[in-house]
Amino acid sequence: MSSATLDQPLSVDYILGRLGRAAERVGRDLSFMEVCGTHTVHAFRSGLHSLMPENVKLLSGPGCPVCVTSQGDIDLLIELGSRRGVTLCTYGDMIRVTGSAGQSLELARMNGADVRVVYSAMDAVKLAASDKKRQVVFAAVGFETTAPATAAAILAASKLRLTNFTALASHKLVVPAMLGLLATRRVNIDGFLCPGHVAVVVGAKAFAPIVERYGLPCVVGGFEANQIAAALARLVEMVAHGECGLENLYPQAVTDDGNATARAVLEEVFAPATVTWRALGEIPDSGLGIRPFYRLFDAKVRFGLKAVEVPEPPGCRCGDVITAQATPGDCKLFGRACTPVDPIGPCMVSSEGTCQAWFKYRRHGKPVRVASSRKPMGVGA
Amino acid sequence: MTRMAELPQTSKPARIDRRKHVLLAHGGGGQLTEDLLNESVLPRLGNEVLSDLLDAAMVDIPAGRLAMTIDGYVVQPLEFPGGDIGRLAISGTVNDLAVMGAKPLGVALGMILAEGLERSVLERITESIRACAEEASVRVITGDTKVVGRGHADGMYLTTAGIGVAPPGIRLHPDRVRTGDAILINGPIGDHALAVMLAREMPHVGSRLKSDVAPLNGLIAAAMEAADGAIVFMRDATRGGLAGVAADLAARIGLHVVLEEERIQVRPETRHAAEMLGLDVLDAANEGKVVMVCRPDRADLVIEAMRSHPLGRDTARIGSIEAGADGICELHTSIGGRRVVQKPYGEQLPRIC
Repeated sequence: MSSATLDQPLSVDYILGRLGRAAERVGRDLSFMEVCGTHTVHAFRSGLHSLMPENVKLLSGPGCPVCVTSQGDIDLLIELGSRRGVTLCTYGDMIRVTGSAGQSLELARMNGADVRVVYSAMDAVKLAASDKKRQVVFAAVGFETTAPATAAAILAASKLRLTNFTALASHKLVVPAMLGLLATRRVNIDGFLCPGHVAVVVGAKAFAPIVERYGLPCVVGGFEANQIAAALARLVEMVAHGECGLENLYPQAVTDDGNATARAVLEEVFAPATVTWRALGEIPDSGLGIRPFYRLFDAKVRFGLKAVEVPEPPGCRCGDVITAQATPGDCKLFGRACTPVDPIGPCMVSSEGTCQAWFKYRRHGKPVRVASSRKPMGVGA
Repeated sequence: MTRMAELPQTSKPARIDRRKHVLLAHGGGGQLTEDLLNESVLPRLGNEVLSDLLDAAMVDIPAGRLAMTIDGYVVQPLEFPGGDIGRLAISGTVNDLAVMGAKPLGVALGMILAEGLERSVLERITESIRACAEEASVRVITGDTKVVGRGHADGMYLTTAGIGVAPPGIRLHPDRVRTGDAILINGPIGDHALAVMLAREMPHVGSRLKSDVAPLNGLIAAAMEAADGAIVFMRDATRGGLAGVAADLAARIGLHVVLEEERIQVRPETRHAAEMLGLDVLDAANEGKVVMVCRPDRADLVIEAMRSHPLGRDTARIGSIEAGADGICELHTSIGGRRVVQKPYGEQLPRIC
């Protein structure tokens, strides 16, 4: 058996060969969880699911920014976006998410609200600087990947002394969510495929508490199909050898300590905050709140907003889906009442949501499988 | 009748110059309309049919079946890398006729201009229409110009209708597609959608990306000649992209459509842009790509003929129609996996991270 390290470009056949042999050795069903929308989409889009050994499953955890946003936060965002005099700038994904009364930013826009899709937080600052008569609010969602851009935007607005720019921050932190999910004792997984983009910022070491406290192997992986496969192969190999460690298979982009500059900007503007996640509820220090020093740029302060508890749509199992308690196929709404054209839950709205990926890339909700003509290949095969 | 109170209020007083900008009065049908046409449009598009400025164009029609098509164009920005709204309109209409096997006979051009549009922009786009029509050997034979108030349109909207004639006996239709047929495309996909999206949303991002917008009637004529009846169906892969065409075909014919990812070309810059925006390049619009379904025994001849045309150099066989009555399009991915290809749902929304 080869001992080539998997942190270099290797052929998918070779990697799948190793994955297959290790899975055979383990001989029982294995489930691993990824917590990144890009991993979700690429695993489906590349057809990787169809090539995995029968006994290995890759599940999606709370890794899609839209999907983890609580219903209360969504309602708040739509309410604020519908106000006269407010220009709401948002990333595209959020536009179609439905509030508890069926409202959405898309509908609000049709009814005359000024809702604009932006590609970076800085676009919202530029808009505020160019039209001082509008109150520009940036819908700041996402994980450690988008939070530094929000922080940089707030710093820029501060430097420009803008009085018409605020951010409605509901940024979340991935590692506390992973720990929070494990703390519920509701999930039964054998390890984590850790998100490469988040790890670029927080560093590979940030995932160490998962290994230490819960004894689960963690591998930081890139986003190409062969990188995802390699991370899975290492996870299965670790299980097969009774090992439990933290490995970084995305060293091209991820260091042990992450991006110090990005973290310094985050630290300057944000403080850890207890936030509410869809399905997971409140998790201490799992989000980012704007520090009092920058409260002029905090939409919650500017507009006196209070988060409200709102129940999730009846029948919708997005909460169970993002905690791997259910697959989209287990939800009675999936593919019937809830489709990408007419979505009910956020996991069907977002292009990175598990439900949309299932709907889009799987045949009638059943996985497409490749006939097992593909033989595992060793190094010399 | 327009009352003053109904005119849109703009925050800045318009500094409109009659020689540099389009005025509301340019659409009034009077002397100013005639001036606008004579100064900005007819010097470029004029021909003996159009320049008569009669109420309808009269054309002689050769034997065959008449094809007619119409499309509206509202792209922003009006000018983008690789093309502009004018080239888009002519190409779109010519391509819609050509994929039905029809030779374009003439194009009708409706222009809705927004008050305040710079005349120089109008002239550049009219020039582009001329150049594209010349490239496609087609003429604009009738037209209409209207002007709407500021804020009622975004610069300029075009509508083009085209007529063409397909020779007797030509019938390209999904119901002729059968198991074993080959699927061809004339080059890399996704260039148009991503070039326009980058130009619109991220103008500061430098990219080599260019729209593929082009009239394909010459290429298609060459392919049909080489095919000698073996091409049974064609569609230009515009909105909805290759995914839209392939998934729709599968659903219509109720057969199993297979695409081979490894054979579908995507330029590196297009792939990067798609990944940055979180879009599936299969869903991305093209404006110079035709998907052909061809009997397998003549596919190589057709490919050879297409490759000798400038717009078909990268023509490839990218899939086939396989047995199985499931009406599904499946992608055999480059890593050897499989997944379903569906029609995109609507507006393409870039993802968050």
